[in-house]
Amino acid sequence: MLQFSTWKRLVIWGVCVLGLLFAVPNLFYPRVEGYNDANKAIEAGAVTPENQAAASQWPGFLPSALVNLGLDLRGGAHLLGEVQVADVYEARIEALWPDVRDALRPLRATVGTIRLQESAAGELRVRISQPDGMSEALSEVRKLAQPVSSITAAGASDLDISADGDVIVVTLSEAERLATDERTIQQSLEIIRRRVDEVGTREPTIQRQGSDRILIQVPGLGSADELKALIGTTAKLTFNPVVGRTGDPEQDAGLRNEVLPSIDEEGVYYVIEKSPVVTGEELVDAQPSFNQNGQPAVSFRFNPSGARKFGDYTAENIGSPFAIVLDGEVISAPTIQDHIPGGSGIITGQFSVEESTQLAVLLRAGALPAEMTFLEERTIGPELGQDSIDAGRIACIVAFGAVLAFMALSYGWFGIIANIALLINVGLIFGLLSVIGATLTLPGIAGIVLTIGMAVDANVLVFERIKEELKSAKGPARAIELGYEKALSAILDANITTFITAVILFVMGAGPVRGFAITLALGIITSVFTAIYVTRLIIVMWFERKRPKTIEV
Amino acid sequence: MRLKLVPAQTNWDFFKFSKLTLGLSGLAMVASIALFFVVGLNFGIDFRGGTTIRTESTTPVVVSDYRAALDPLELGDISITEVFDPTFEADQHVTMVRIQAQEGAEAITVETINAVQGALLSLDPSLTFPSVESVGPKVSGELVKTAVLAVVAAIAAVLFYIWLRFEWQFSLGAVAALVHDVVLTIGIFSVLQIKFDLAIIAALLTIVGYSLNDTVVVFDRVRENLRKYKKKDLKDVLNLSINETLSRTVMTSVTTLIALISLFVLGGDVIRGFVFAMIWGVVVGTYSSIFVASAILLRLGVKRDWSKTDNNQGNQYANIDA
Repeated sequence: MLQFSTWKRLVIWGVCVLGLLFAVPNLFYPRVEGYNDANKAIEAGAVTPENQAAASQWPGFLPSALVNLGLDLRGGAHLLGEVQVADVYEARIEALWPDVRDALRPLRATVGTIRLQESAAGELRVRISQPDGMSEALSEVRKLAQPVSSITAAGASDLDISADGDVIVVTLSEAERLATDERTIQQSLEIIRRRVDEVGTREPTIQRQGSDRILIQVPGLGSADELKALIGTTAKLTFNPVVGRTGDPEQDAGLRNEVLPSIDEEGVYYVIEKSPVVTGEELVDAQPSFNQNGQPAVSFRFNPSGARKFGDYTAENIGSPFAIVLDGEVISAPTIQDHIPGGSGIITGQFSVEESTQLAVLLRAGALPAEMTFLEERTIGPELGQDSIDAGRIACIVAFGAVLAFMALSYGWFGIIANIALLINVGLIFGLLSVIGATLTLPGIAGIVLTIGMAVDANVLVFERIKEELKSAKGPARAIELGYEKALSAILDANITTFITAVILFVMGAGPVRGFAITLALGIITSVFTAIYVTRLIIVMWFERKRPKTIEV
Repeated sequence: MRLKLVPAQTNWDFFKFSKLTLGLSGLAMVASIALFFVVGLNFGIDFRGGTTIRTESTTPVVVSDYRAALDPLELGDISITEVFDPTFEADQHVTMVRIQAQEGAEAITVETINAVQGALLSLDPSLTFPSVESVGPKVSGELVKTAVLAVVAAIAAVLFYIWLRFEWQFSLGAVAALVHDVVLTIGIFSVLQIKFDLAIIAALLTIVGYSLNDTVVVFDRVRENLRKYKKKDLKDVLNLSINETLSRTVMTSVTTLIALISLFVLGGDVIRGFVFAMIWGVVVGTYSSIFVASAILLRLGVKRDWSKTDNNQGNQYANIDA
């Protein structure tokens, strides 16, 4: 067992060198970070002298992947939001009414008059005056239903349509709800990603969690509040016809109408028609700008279909007001002065420059399909993160030095060999963390420190075993060989069990705990590798050269 | 000159007082459970919802003033603790303000945070707020569930692995030691009222891993010696195995402790609780692998005939023809 074939030696040293090479960029963290950022910017087309200077700070042939620093180390904002998926059902059902009405109209003779009834959210109730025509009415309404567009529920219909006396009840089917939920979450993820990208911070994490949650982590952002303002706004923009103006929020608006507050004027409410003329979905662009009086405003442009609808509506309703509604509040309700054919316009209100800029960002990125509530939010200041890094670094160095000294004192020459392996081990951990793009958190640093302590364990097991074998008066070569052979099962069993707990931690843990699990798991892998291969190879190479008659462990 | 923590040859009887040590361990466990129910853990916001705000100031902190400033806001239960740490500068005064979860709100509202920060700033304009964390009751409930599940899953997985690699008696011994370590850790956290949050769960699982590591090394040697000395009394085999691995056990524990203690002293206050849990776990875990896991193995007894490869295992009719 003391023989290592040449190729095996090459592989072992190759792995070490490669691992250390990948760890090297972390020693020059700010410089490499600047280099990466500059390269990204240059790729995106921003070729400035500063970028080029930063890009030449690091040789291109060296690896430049870095360990990501977690929020607790770098500072930033963390939000866990829950998407109110049920909101979407309501909008879907609301939108069905015109279709149901149009479908039943040709059947007037058999079903009589058609009336929309008050109903709970997510349910459409339509009364027909001649209940005898119910079966015919039902079959007509059922034609509106479509197959659910999802793989799991293929063939199911998207609507549940039933009769309740003389009332037709339409709701979304279970399969459709599931499919809708999925779409809503995907859309929300996409839109949040776009909004965060617009702000242009480095490496945001936007992840789905569970069925209806989204985790957002943005390093370097001032506070969770800022992030919340950015992604918490639904930014649903609609242009609705105005029925009237009132001071009473409780006023009965009439069916298909609603009362919405004005955003600027206290105590002023508008009665508007619920179905909008055009929505923000048909916007193609929005930019912060100023109106003719020099006040901040947002100018926008519709796509062709939106432009046509907007043009037609303005042509037909010259002289009457329409409302610009954002998230259930009326921004303004100007009177249509003229036909607006081009499909572009300007939203004025009492904005500050920041607000108009943010509104433009939100409009460009698109509206969230449903509202989000926030379950968890954390803000960590960059100074606190830096303090933690500094403290962690000092602690690591001291821990390292103490363990190295202790090992050298206890095992002499063999201890020094174990120390070399330990250094390689920590290098490998950082190399691996960089390569897989893992995130280092504060508990992760603790994981590394723990690994420093535990990594010597495998070596200690072997050394103690060699000591024992030497007692039975075998030659040193044989003792070393037996030491490795017999310690192997203990090393493997002990590390596999720890590895199991690390995996469970990773699967079940969240955030910083996960960071800890990753460093622990990687630490186990590298420490077993260095103990079984690296220290053994060093010992073998030393043994081959010196051929000592006796050894002392 | 070598450093020797353990004499080269030891022949100690670790089971001489096994009734006493097992009894003490049992007692400590009962006490821990009682403490958990009577005093309770100082749960962080991860587990009970609410908000913590870390404040930092250059002027000394008077906790009662803070409390007086916050009381008019009527936010329910507020705890204010000053944080001391050797890594702080001389004029760095840090407190943690914890506010209970507010009725009817999942995460804390911007208004509440602003009100709290405003009230504190009017008291001390130099205050900064390096971190604000808020967890809603919904999430915290789930976090408790996953945390408990994670610990149970880890113990179960380990039980299974050891059973696979050794025998069921070993498995029970190891798990008894694990439960012992986890319970005692919860006990000490109840006594010292250290904040118990998600990171501590990570520490708990690491303790499970470490304690196991230790136990497995001893068991591995027991298995080997059982094969070697077929006629020897189980007690002697266990004692021999523990004595043989003692040097390694102490070496590893000491190196790990050296690393952890430097982190404890120098690593900053944010992870001190976490590191404390691990230090405690290493000490208790080392103790338990000898005095709990092995002692239980001794009481359960163990299959002695390891020499034959067990082809007939699980097949009671296999021997009939022979």
